[in-house]
Amino acid sequence: MKKVKADPKGVLTGAHYLDGDFAIAEGGLAAGCRFFAGYPITPSTETAERFAERIPYVGGVFIQMEDEIASILALIGASWAGVKSMTVTSGPGFSLMMENIGLACMMEVPLVIANVQRGGPSTGLPTLTGQGDMMQVKWGSHGDYEIIALSPDSPQECFDLTIKAFNLSEMYRVPAFIMTDECVGHMHEKVVIPPAEEIEVVNRKMYEGPKDKYLPYKPDKDHVPFMVKAGDGYRFHTTGLTHDERGYPVINAECQDWCVRHLVDKIRKNAHKIIEYKEDGMDGAEIVVVSYGITSRVAVKAIQDARKAGIKVGSLRLITVWPFPEERIKELAKKIKAFVVPEINLGQIRREVERCAFGQAPAIGVPHCGGWVHNPDDILRAIKEAAK
Amino acid sequence: MREIRFSGYGGQGVIRCGLITGKALSLFDDKFATMNQSIGPEARGSACSSQVVVSEDRVLYPYITRPEILVAMSQDAYEKYEPELREDGILIIDTDLVRMRPARGKIKVFGIPSTRFAEEMGNRIFANLVMLGFFTAVTKVVTPEAMKKALPGLVPSRFLDLNIRAFEKGYTYGLEQLSQTNIGVAEEKSKTPATKPTPAKARKGKK
Repeated sequence: MKKVKADPKGVLTGAHYLDGDFAIAEGGLAAGCRFFAGYPITPSTETAERFAERIPYVGGVFIQMEDEIASILALIGASWAGVKSMTVTSGPGFSLMMENIGLACMMEVPLVIANVQRGGPSTGLPTLTGQGDMMQVKWGSHGDYEIIALSPDSPQECFDLTIKAFNLSEMYRVPAFIMTDECVGHMHEKVVIPPAEEIEVVNRKMYEGPKDKYLPYKPDKDHVPFMVKAGDGYRFHTTGLTHDERGYPVINAECQDWCVRHLVDKIRKNAHKIIEYKEDGMDGAEIVVVSYGITSRVAVKAIQDARKAGIKVGSLRLITVWPFPEERIKELAKKIKAFVVPEINLGQIRREVERCAFGQAPAIGVPHCGGWVHNPDDILRAIKEAAK
Repeated sequence: MREIRFSGYGGQGVIRCGLITGKALSLFDDKFATMNQSIGPEARGSACSSQVVVSEDRVLYPYITRPEILVAMSQDAYEKYEPELREDGILIIDTDLVRMRPARGKIKVFGIPSTRFAEEMGNRIFANLVMLGFFTAVTKVVTPEAMKKALPGLVPSRFLDLNIRAFEKGYTYGLEQLSQTNIGVAEEKSKTPATKPTPAKARKGKK
């Protein structure tokens, strides 16, 4: 793992008025992404458009693929060739990507996928917002694996967190996700892009030993194996089948145990380094609002109103939704009266909070099927109810 | 906090109006402003709109709840969005394209033939900039300097001068209207009701 300054070619330094989708594209370019393969789908299309428009000036490749299945495969190839790669999608496109997201996890390929969530299931609400893919992003592909998912609440965070997603993805050789939504994706707001020398970019750990001794899946001390660039003369094999350190298929229970535990452990054992959340007003809080993405922004209004009404409310805003801040929820559950979890789905993260609270404090949901953001009054009502 | 809706039909540049205003406020007037637009099939050719929420602090709820200012550049848009305008709000119309009912409550009405002015300048494509100039003058939500600074990047560079001229045309017309009494303008408008449906009826059917 190498920390360097961003390549100024991709950094559009200055104050801009951008929507979240555009900001994701700019974040990717600033992080050093030089390959984008995707299939346009509302409400994520603007990211692809922006990338396609900007990439000739930065140097890199944009391909409009035949579908989302192929998009991920192209990313896997490009990433093994040593190029930071990303794609963007929504709704049905995300579902189509699932099989090859599993392949990327199994092959341990760094890549970034932005999901500008819309209302589902199926084609659902193409032009309206949702947060219904929060569990799909973690469990959508078959088998046991771990991923990293971040949730921005503004175009500025779309920019910042896309860089963070690339850095984490490179650090842990794992797909990282920007789980935003239509509201943030299409919301224009001020975005400040700092000078390149102020942006820290992480590049994957590269193997530098003898060419015939490279083991693509031998974990290093931090559980993450080294990478090489395909085409540089290193002899290696990579596959979606259960494999040993050399990357060759070994179809038995022992190797499965080693291989799958490694995929999971490299994230779980580093979770404390990956997890990021923002807390506010936790001192003496009786109620804690757990939220993420656009909902965490709307929730601030409800929290302010609740405090005016004399209720002691704290806020736990998830920046990384996965891995989940299990320990923090466990700690809080011992001290507080209840969690309130507003989200634009019918309780996906609420159940996760409930699981982590382990019966110490109830997790009260403020569900919403999608199509719009919460009315802050609905969240306020739930806070008041919980405080009774 | 102030809530503004620009509306018209797809192609008139009403989304651009929101973008320019939002950018001007956020980057040059030191305010917080979010801009959201209506997208999807309903925005192609029929009533379409952009919404700008302006605040001294970070905008927490990025959608309009009760707009204070409505700019209507087509009859459809007027019919669709006028009922949600606050009783003490400001209504701005293109007088050639919108035939309005008597104004409700204390709504202040300002009108400009923005499309005709743009055509006189050579191209109706500048109508949105004429309207923006007018909007800037009569609402004072944003400064004209910020609006002009916001234009590069949002209008084609070879037409920047023409866009600025269009803006100034609308701005000057706005200042002239302001120098007359506002109430006078509103009353004059309300004397010429042109459409049949009563406000209550129209309100029921829409939204």
